[in-house]
Amino acid sequence: MTETPLIGSYQGAPADSRLAGARIGVVTFPGTLDDRDAIRAVRVSGATAVELWHGDTSLDGVDAVIIPGGFSYGDYLRAGAISRFAPLMTEIVKAANSDARLPVLGICNGFQILTEAHLLPGSMIKNDHLKFLCRDQVLRVENNTSAWTNAYQPGAEITVPLKNQDGQYIADEKTLDALEAEGRVAFRYVGANPNGSRRNIAGIANAAGNVVGLMPHPEHAVEAGYGPGHTGTDGRGFFTSVLNTLLGGK
Amino acid sequence: MSEISSAPVAGETKKFNIDTVENAAATPDVELPWAELGLKQNEYDDVVKVLGRRPTGAELAMYSVMWSEHCSYKSSKNHLRQFGDKVTEEMKKDMMVGIGENAGVTNLGDGWAVTFKIESHNSPSFVEPYQGAATGIGGIVRDIISMGARPVAVMDPLRFGAIDHPDTARVMHGAVAGIGGYGNSLGLPNIGGEMVFDPIYQGNPLVNALAVGVMRHEDIRLANASGLGNKVVLFGARTGGDGIGGASVLASESFDSTKPSKRPAVQVGDPFAEKVLIECCLELFKGSLVEGIQDLGAAGISCATSELASNGDGGMEVELTSVLLRDPTLTPGEILMSESQERMMAVVSPANVAAFEAVMDKWAVEYSWLGEVTGTGRLIIKWEGEVIVDVDPRTVAHDGPVYDRPYARPTWQDALQADTFTGSVQDAGRPSTPEELKAAVLELIASPNMCSKDWITNQYDRYVGGNTAMAFPDDAGVVRVDEETGLGVALATDANGRYTYLDPYHGAQLALAEAYRNVATSGAIPMAVSDCLNFGSPEDPDVMWQLAEAIRGLSDACMELGIPVTGGNVSLYNQTGATPIHPSPVVAVLGKFDDVARRTPSGWAEDGQAIYLLGTTAAELDGSEWANLRGHLGGAAPKVDLKRERELGEILINASRDGMVDAAHDLSEGGLAAALVESSLRNNTGARVALDEVAARDGVDIFTLLFSETQGRAIVSVPRSEEVRFNDMCTARRFPVSRIGVVDAAGGALDVQGLFTAPLDELREAHEGTLPKHFG
Repeated sequence: MTETPLIGSYQGAPADSRLAGARIGVVTFPGTLDDRDAIRAVRVSGATAVELWHGDTSLDGVDAVIIPGGFSYGDYLRAGAISRFAPLMTEIVKAANSDARLPVLGICNGFQILTEAHLLPGSMIKNDHLKFLCRDQVLRVENNTSAWTNAYQPGAEITVPLKNQDGQYIADEKTLDALEAEGRVAFRYVGANPNGSRRNIAGIANAAGNVVGLMPHPEHAVEAGYGPGHTGTDGRGFFTSVLNTLLGGK
Repeated sequence: MSEISSAPVAGETKKFNIDTVENAAATPDVELPWAELGLKQNEYDDVVKVLGRRPTGAELAMYSVMWSEHCSYKSSKNHLRQFGDKVTEEMKKDMMVGIGENAGVTNLGDGWAVTFKIESHNSPSFVEPYQGAATGIGGIVRDIISMGARPVAVMDPLRFGAIDHPDTARVMHGAVAGIGGYGNSLGLPNIGGEMVFDPIYQGNPLVNALAVGVMRHEDIRLANASGLGNKVVLFGARTGGDGIGGASVLASESFDSTKPSKRPAVQVGDPFAEKVLIECCLELFKGSLVEGIQDLGAAGISCATSELASNGDGGMEVELTSVLLRDPTLTPGEILMSESQERMMAVVSPANVAAFEAVMDKWAVEYSWLGEVTGTGRLIIKWEGEVIVDVDPRTVAHDGPVYDRPYARPTWQDALQADTFTGSVQDAGRPSTPEELKAAVLELIASPNMCSKDWITNQYDRYVGGNTAMAFPDDAGVVRVDEETGLGVALATDANGRYTYLDPYHGAQLALAEAYRNVATSGAIPMAVSDCLNFGSPEDPDVMWQLAEAIRGLSDACMELGIPVTGGNVSLYNQTGATPIHPSPVVAVLGKFDDVARRTPSGWAEDGQAIYLLGTTAAELDGSEWANLRGHLGGAAPKVDLKRERELGEILINASRDGMVDAAHDLSEGGLAAALVESSLRNNTGARVALDEVAARDGVDIFTLLFSETQGRAIVSVPRSEEVRFNDMCTARRFPVSRIGVVDAAGGALDVQGLFTAPLDELREAHEGTLPKHFG
């Protein structure tokens, strides 16, 4: 039997071998859905994607990690509540908090896992309208100094898909004030708040700027023809940003 | 089932009075509850004849579900044969697996194959909308996995009762949330479907589900149990008490308010378990670890064991106490009939057992080895070593009863067809002034069937997978299959119950014509058909005539368009009391793109491009959305011209391939008025059109031009540089074409010159406000 090509795998050769040297891990949990999309986004950016399994105890020497979207463990108990106990999460938390400051991006369910793992503050509850919502969403880049946002202009407005059931970001007022004061609000929803998130917050960063989580999906806006409005590629900046960080740009 | 075996005493397990084959032979006069299980007297007599003795309780359970209408197609089988008979060699060229397997398989080229199928989950979705609709997705997706494919997208055609009936909100909220809740959790983009409101579906909503999957040629798997000594394994979720008798007592009878609630017959879904099952199966296929595989859907283990065994070359022997249970009190018959979701059965060679178990362990999926393939030709099922089923599996799976149900053209059909809209009471005061025409357009696009369906589709993930090139509300859903080449598929589903009620033969053809046109409008080459035939009770000769006519019409039309039916499903008994639903054959057409980058979206994109109307318009308002809004249903369905559809399709496909059009939208329900508004709102880019010339050419008034539902038409936008080439192509094919306007990005309106200007904001408010107003 011949090897089945991975459906949805990006075959194009990386433009720059220096970029291909950057190895970015994408974690799969049972119930993860957007792992192949995140892998494609990494490849489109020119870096090398490394598949990581939740049950592993090694990060395989990757230079950065993406925890993609989905419904890991069926969102049972609470979104991200079970996944955060995965053996690999222990390694990710350790690496993110180490002096090396491993860049970690949590998208949607990945963001929920990062809050459960206490790499990021706050939590997500059910959307205020109680329905799953999928739409193209405009975000304002509030922080362009993190490992995952430095390729954007400050205040830039980008359009990426939003799709979730439990996307309402909440935290206590003190935490929210601290996030604002420290410039750790990474993205805010522009226009009507899609889910009731406090202070229109779509994504946040940790204090060191190496860990970023957000509910919308930049990995679904990297290829023209398959993103918002058939043309949108605004999500590419996330992956360019982390390559800037890894290759010593920022 | 208490007559067969008594429930265990608390604290004990599996203490049943087991009805063994030996016991059945020794006690021929025991009364069995065959009628309660949905069998008719003649069918029970047949079972006794086949076995040469009375069935055991477990055997009765198996025959009752497998010989149900839902599983055996006993009323439709004689007619469905036409789908296999009316096929040319040319049509078979790309068909790799035809009707009869879990789903048909079509060759896409480059070593790729595609499998798709549409099914009904109507009755459970009325009884329990969330779980009914959710498990509809689950079931069709498992059919696709069973073929060896990775599922890549789903679609859901829905038909509910009146939009303002209080019960419609219950069904609507539940079904849409169920489809979203299940499909979104599987990581499958939902790329299209339909939403129709009509009081005729009030007590019998239609929830159909389509899934499509792709695979390499060498990965095609079939459901058969071959190879003496190979092991039979059941894996996935545990077996519980849900869905017992779903296929027989629920899906194969009309609802009757005097009987107890059928809610326990509805299955309960766990999408997380299904997602894990998908990945787990794909890993099994990748390692070539299974010889045969079958999903457990309707009729559960009864269906899986009998189908695997009868399609194989030997027999099968299994021990039923090895089945992992959620509820230890289940009787053998209940275990055989349970429709618990997220289960698969596979046949594994002894050499692969360890590797199989390693994959199960990796994904933390439970499994149990039930038995093995034998050489006896018999399906033997044991309970703690005692034989409780000993049958020829073919008699269960394939040799069920077949009925030649009487049918006749209804006595009321002539009167119905004579009652045309034009000249009817409802047609009084037909809009004619510019103000009236504008108001009519606004009324149409805000109406339940023509309004924006964003409220629904925004609850579905259309992005996951990263291969969705187009999705609702464009004419077809388009998914990329191969990233290197752009090879991909397009899918559209259509049906029009009103047309089919007026004329079942042509109505079914119109459903096919519209789905075909939608696929071609997107730029894809139509290749294959799957159908879901939703009808009332086959025991009513009027309904049976509708079914026979629809199948005859559809099979004739497939032959004429040159695309084969590769699979589908029949849903009967969709009626409340004596009132059946409109005959609703939902037709799905699959098309192919060499490169999905060439797909044609439905919205105007580029300012200044010319807008052309392809085809001519006749006065065809019978059965139309306009007539429906006026409360009229009668007359003749629009004329079917399949040659015209084929020519139009070729023009749209060539234009897409050669870059001659940037937008295209087919004309169907709501006619030109609906299409112009939809293409303008899609990208918030308006247009200026002038309709006098084309109305004069066709000899119709402006109202008719806007609201008639003549088939074989489309509107396209053509870049200035391509106009000569596009016109030449249409002229060379002698296809009627007329330049009716230009895209006007700055105007912010749909301007019908000399008549009215409708600002896009005003159109949008009307179009998008309807569903939120009714459903919040």
